[in-house]
Amino acid sequence: MLERTKILLLAAVLASAAISFFAGSINPYYYDILISIGINIILATSLNLVNGYTGQFSLGHAGFMAAGAYGSAWLTLAFGYALGTSVAGTTALFVFALTAGGLIAALAGLAVGVPSLRLRGDYLAIVTLGFNEIIKSVIQNAEPLGAQRGLGGMVAHTNFFWTFALAALTVYVVLNLVHSTYGSGFLAVRDDEIAAEAMGINTTKYKVLAFVIGAFFAGVAGGLYAHFKQFIHPEGFNFLRSMDIVVMVILGGMGSTIGVCIAAVLLTILPEGLRALAHLPWLPDWLRPIAENRMILYSLLLIILMITRPQGLFGTLGWKRKKA
Amino acid sequence: MIRQLLLTVFLGWPAFELLQAQDEIPVGEYASLTGGSASFGQSAHKGTELAIAEINANGGVLGKKLKLITEDDQSQAGQPATIVRKLISQDKVVAVLGEVASSKSLEAAPICQQNKIPMITPASTNPKVTEVGDYIFRVCFIDPFQGTVMAKFARSKGWKKIAVLTDVKQDYSVGLGEFFVKDFTANGGEIVRDQKYSTGDKDFKPQLTSIKAAKPEAVFIPGYYAEVALIAKQARLLGIKVPLLGGDGWVGDSLLKVAGNSLDGSFFSCHFSADDQSPKTRDFVAKFKAKYGEIPDDMAALGYDSALILAEAIKRTGTTDPEKLRDAIAATKDHDGITGKITLDSARNASKPAVILTVGNGGFQFVETVAP
Amino acid sequence: MPDQLIEFLQQLINGLAQGSIYALIALGYTLVFGVLRFINFAHGDVFMLGAFAGLYTAPKLLALCGGGPSFPGAAAVLVVAMFICAALGILIEKLCYRPLRGRPHLTVLITAIGVSLFLENAGQYVFGADPQSFPEIITDRALEIPETWGALSSLTITVGQLLVFGVTFFLLLGLRAIVLHTRTGMAMRALSFNPVAASLMGVNTDVVISFTFGLGSALAGAAGILTSIQQPSIDPLMGVNIGLKAFVAAVLGGIGNIPGAALGGILIGVLEALVVGYINPTYRDAIVFAVLILILLIKPSGLLGKPEREKV
Repeated sequence: MLERTKILLLAAVLASAAISFFAGSINPYYYDILISIGINIILATSLNLVNGYTGQFSLGHAGFMAAGAYGSAWLTLAFGYALGTSVAGTTALFVFALTAGGLIAALAGLAVGVPSLRLRGDYLAIVTLGFNEIIKSVIQNAEPLGAQRGLGGMVAHTNFFWTFALAALTVYVVLNLVHSTYGSGFLAVRDDEIAAEAMGINTTKYKVLAFVIGAFFAGVAGGLYAHFKQFIHPEGFNFLRSMDIVVMVILGGMGSTIGVCIAAVLLTILPEGLRALAHLPWLPDWLRPIAENRMILYSLLLIILMITRPQGLFGTLGWKRKKA
Repeated sequence: MIRQLLLTVFLGWPAFELLQAQDEIPVGEYASLTGGSASFGQSAHKGTELAIAEINANGGVLGKKLKLITEDDQSQAGQPATIVRKLISQDKVVAVLGEVASSKSLEAAPICQQNKIPMITPASTNPKVTEVGDYIFRVCFIDPFQGTVMAKFARSKGWKKIAVLTDVKQDYSVGLGEFFVKDFTANGGEIVRDQKYSTGDKDFKPQLTSIKAAKPEAVFIPGYYAEVALIAKQARLLGIKVPLLGGDGWVGDSLLKVAGNSLDGSFFSCHFSADDQSPKTRDFVAKFKAKYGEIPDDMAALGYDSALILAEAIKRTGTTDPEKLRDAIAATKDHDGITGKITLDSARNASKPAVILTVGNGGFQFVETVAP
Repeated sequence: MPDQLIEFLQQLINGLAQGSIYALIALGYTLVFGVLRFINFAHGDVFMLGAFAGLYTAPKLLALCGGGPSFPGAAAVLVVAMFICAALGILIEKLCYRPLRGRPHLTVLITAIGVSLFLENAGQYVFGADPQSFPEIITDRALEIPETWGALSSLTITVGQLLVFGVTFFLLLGLRAIVLHTRTGMAMRALSFNPVAASLMGVNTDVVISFTFGLGSALAGAAGILTSIQQPSIDPLMGVNIGLKAFVAAVLGGIGNIPGAALGGILIGVLEALVVGYINPTYRDAIVFAVLILILLIKPSGLLGKPEREKV
């Protein structure tokens, strides 16, 4: 991986640590948006690994996020008391909870990845959607997880540092993977599965790996989310949430990590901008439905993008094929 | 280009707001104005808006006008937290009104509590909402009370065998069902069948077939109007003739339009009856109709009451200081609201009677009031 | 006859009625897949548009047929809705899918998702998210089964359910006639076997594809009206769940296989009714997905389908 990129990521981690110190003085609303950006970067990058690099169209990413969110929330709620309020204690618990959440999500990713091996694009999409619904169903029927009441009371462990450090970590891991021999494996699966098999590449291994790693980071993002909003509800991890992330990946350009990150930033700020727009009294009437319902805009965006520029905004940026 | 425009608007907005801050008291409201819960959100919003307009027409509070800043959470989880943060830190509201759905109130309440900004929910009935902290209030009764109200009513009618049909996707429905069952069975009643459905279902014949086979004397359906209307229709088609019972989730525009006369003879509890003949109610209904062209439902009435209670509290304490405001709201006693005499108890819930209505002649008729 | 048997039969009737609706919609998926090898995600929303088409046209059509609910009125609404949906389907194909012919599969899939989301959300804006009451185009009531049938008389079949059975059966026959006995049907079959060869043999690909979309959409529109007769509450999101289940039905029966779609629909309908009635209504949706996963693992080509060999 490029040295430059590594340095940038390290700088990002350090910067986020520094900014964290001043976080108290940032307007909470903007802070909310910034943390959301960080979380969305993790989600989009991890989905990009599955959809973009490996070509497996997954529509159920929110399910993995839910697994991580509920897993980590349950852990901090259950063991928060025992560890007291020391900084070391709570930090350790938080890190443990995030990791555990990620692992639970990874397990879910395994569960989805394995049956998906035999499935082509369209079927896979529906099956991942189905798994998203199943995960939601399981949560809705699980009393210890609050079922349909939702789960609340989490301590707000998530801060600027954790969010962006983990975002940098996700980007690092994904880029590293993609620029390694694994990356070639992912791309081979994406470009032509049959040819890859014929060449002796274990497509199973790569597909499952993509799902598991993608799910892991989605779970971490879920954990961050849970400890930021401090209240989670199964309906917050539904198909619409998955589509939010999918739109980021498609807008950014499947297979371009930097593109996807930029798209994540754009599409986190956009709804807030639309909100401000909706308040303007001089807004023309035909724009009002779009300001009030971002899904109309997103769906139009998808259609227009696919017809005019399917590689997304940055599809050609940031990705250089390794020369033979 | 669009991006720049959006960023300018987005960043310039706070400046714009600041310019207006001086002679107005900003009050925040978060509601589901679009999306699946829009019907409730829009109702509550209209009631609140009417109240604020009235207060301002009468000179406002402490010599200043109230400025209502409403944000739409689009019926999506995750949004209430963001917009309440915006209302508090960006618009610097002195209090927050909202939400109707308990799950959304539960999401926003910790933020209001942490920032020490009073929050008054008009219609969230889940007991947990006010348990979040001492800055969180509600002007409606809670599910445990509502469930027992209907159980008492059922007993008063002499029914001993009841079937229950709850919406598992809605905590409200499950909660109400649980409290009903607890009270009903504790007093010698029998729940002959306990069936479930999910929000969004359209076909209930399988569940109703099962309920019919158990031959209940009444069926308790503590769900929301969209499904209840269809359930009623299909129940009658399948030959279930017994009365249906429900809660305040039944109140919705399309309930009778879709159900036709299949709900005739059914009973449900709610907060407000539009054909209550008291002058206060008649006045409210007339004003609401004049402004919005429709008859207010109980979400609207609750929205109205929540705004008025806030205004009263500000007047009483003479300041918008959060701590004093909180104490003033907590001291609300015998406020003469549209939805009854409201007193906030020590758990910051409203201690007030419920109203039981019956369905007939294309509308709702008042049956009785049940005091706590 | 024991009470349990009566209950079972009742659930069976419920399941068959619902299953027929799934079958009609599944046929649309299967027709389009057969000809274009792609799953039209937006198909479920055409079903929804059919219901809304009925909502708006019913008052005038009923008035033309003498006012009030009636057989001719209902038939008129049904036919008009089918035409409107056919036109919509053809329009969607022309605007959104045709420009993408020959592009990678994923592109079309994403577009289809986009179209579906757009229809749903624009629908929420235009029609309002609150459910609306579908006008009564025919009086749905339970039929009196004569006492002479014994215990069976406690069963309930509604006029709506009978209509569903009848219309579905009739439409299936009609579809079969079109596919097997007309030139266009032959062209559709040819396209599904081998698009290149078909066009070499003079088949106008564009027209046939449009026709297929129109046909499938018309069936979805019919399903929309039939459903609205029984469940007169329509909202812009009503197509999501039903569309998904109908898709599973199509896959279960063998996607691309017409009798398979019908069979799949019936099976899913009955399964759903039995699970809801006897096991747990909470698993109503989950069980359908479970079926999907099972069938894709065990026999991906579906019950009546033939395994397709992917040529490289």
